[in-house]
Amino acid sequence: MFEAIIELARGMGITLKHFFQPPVTIQYPEIKRPVRNRFKGRHELKRYDNGLERCIGCSLCAAACPADAIFVEAAENTDEQRFSPGERYARVYEINMLRCIFCGYCEDACPTQAIVLEHNYELSFYDRQSAIYTKDMLIVDVPVNGRPTPQTVEPGVFNRAIPEMENPK
Amino acid sequence: MTIGQIALWGLVVGFIMSMVVITGFAYTTLLERKVLARMQARVGPNRAGYIPFPTRTGREKKLLAGFMQPAADAVKLFFKEDPTPAKADWLVYNLAPMLAVIPAILILAVIPWAGKIPGLVPEQYNYFAIVPGLNVAVLFILAVTSISVYGVVLAGWASNSKYAVLGGIRASAQMISYELAMSLSVLIPVMLANSMDMGVIVEAQKGHWYVFLQPVAAIIFSIAALAELQRAPFDLLEAEQELSAGFNVEYAGMRFGMFFMAEYMKMISLSAIAATLFFGGYRGPFVDQIPVLGFVYLFLKIFIGLFLMIWIRATFPRLRYDQLMLFGWKVLLPVSVINFMIVAVFIVLAAEGVFAPIANFFGF
Repeated sequence: MFEAIIELARGMGITLKHFFQPPVTIQYPEIKRPVRNRFKGRHELKRYDNGLERCIGCSLCAAACPADAIFVEAAENTDEQRFSPGERYARVYEINMLRCIFCGYCEDACPTQAIVLEHNYELSFYDRQSAIYTKDMLIVDVPVNGRPTPQTVEPGVFNRAIPEMENPK
Repeated sequence: MTIGQIALWGLVVGFIMSMVVITGFAYTTLLERKVLARMQARVGPNRAGYIPFPTRTGREKKLLAGFMQPAADAVKLFFKEDPTPAKADWLVYNLAPMLAVIPAILILAVIPWAGKIPGLVPEQYNYFAIVPGLNVAVLFILAVTSISVYGVVLAGWASNSKYAVLGGIRASAQMISYELAMSLSVLIPVMLANSMDMGVIVEAQKGHWYVFLQPVAAIIFSIAALAELQRAPFDLLEAEQELSAGFNVEYAGMRFGMFFMAEYMKMISLSAIAATLFFGGYRGPFVDQIPVLGFVYLFLKIFIGLFLMIWIRATFPRLRYDQLMLFGWKVLLPVSVINFMIVAVFIVLAAEGVFAPIANFFGF
């Protein structure tokens, strides 16, 4: 009987102890907790330092995608209207965020490391149409020393789609 | 003052005190949510309303964040759709929430809020209450608290839902079981003060609160009051895991809110009753010189009572149904009957003067 009362009092003590401790809550919209480096959030389409897009419209990401979330439509590059090195660029690049499972296979499949799953996880929308993220939304800003695409370049400079072979990072 | 004037005075005071307690109910919900949250290492509601307070660093600090939460809740509840189920008993279904709320407010009528304040209390009476000088006040409380079970039971029955009926049945069984122990523990201050008038009971506690004379009765009263309120750990009738929500599954909008209103108002009024019967009511230091302090002391005691209830809710898991019945009938009831008889015998012996030598020895 007395043991029971002591146990009850101990329970009350624990809750009172927590009452005087600061809460562990992080006030989310004001304070955002940094994610891990390898966190797989929203995709980004990367650029080279000169501003050209890395994506060459090869559709390997769409092929690798287990959820069939990616749609790529390629078009021809010319030296007057150059978007990316090589022959072709992605004219349409869409990812359906309702289908995407953030597995990162597209990132693995990409030969130019154009698509990278970055750290943005705030992907809410009100209707299905706005779930489709287009190329404008996914592509990163032009770097400081680069020029926006399409660029007019000298002929014969950007002949190779993959300018130099890099080891995957 | 004439009878008519006193009646008018009672009406005005009753209206004001009801408004005070209804506001108090709104903030009791906020208190509960905040305290529960802090005990669970959370923050609780902190978005609706704050007082901006500029600091020296230039960034403004948010004081009392969330103090408008009760208003936000009320607005939300009022604007919700409030359907009546097709097969529910329309009249009883709509009557039940009122039957739950009205007794909860009625209990407050007999609680003495302060001592005799000149100019505020009619000269016939010795204390400030909505109905001062009611000579069956304790009986009134017991009667009115028994009515409030009808709200719950009828709500459960009229909803025409199995979960709701089960909740209502549990409510009535629990009420009947714990009502006995509560009545017997309430009778002990009545016997000690030799009056059912709440004001007389408070004045009789001058110098010694009855909780020190009769801790057993005070503990039994607290436990039985928790069961009477159907709060954790005795909230079997709204056991979410078993009955989805118990008696109020079918209710929505403000009629749903009214059950919560009843619950929180009863929390306030039972805290006030516990304070009055066992913890000296409005009495405290300097209350004889400045009678207005009575309000402060009673509010403080009510606040402590509310905090205790929330604290208990944050700590203890719900009892099983058979444990509840076992505890009510085999522990609380015998203990309170024995305690009652002991107190009765002691009072008679004291009246016969048996304890006079001991009392003289200790200098009472």
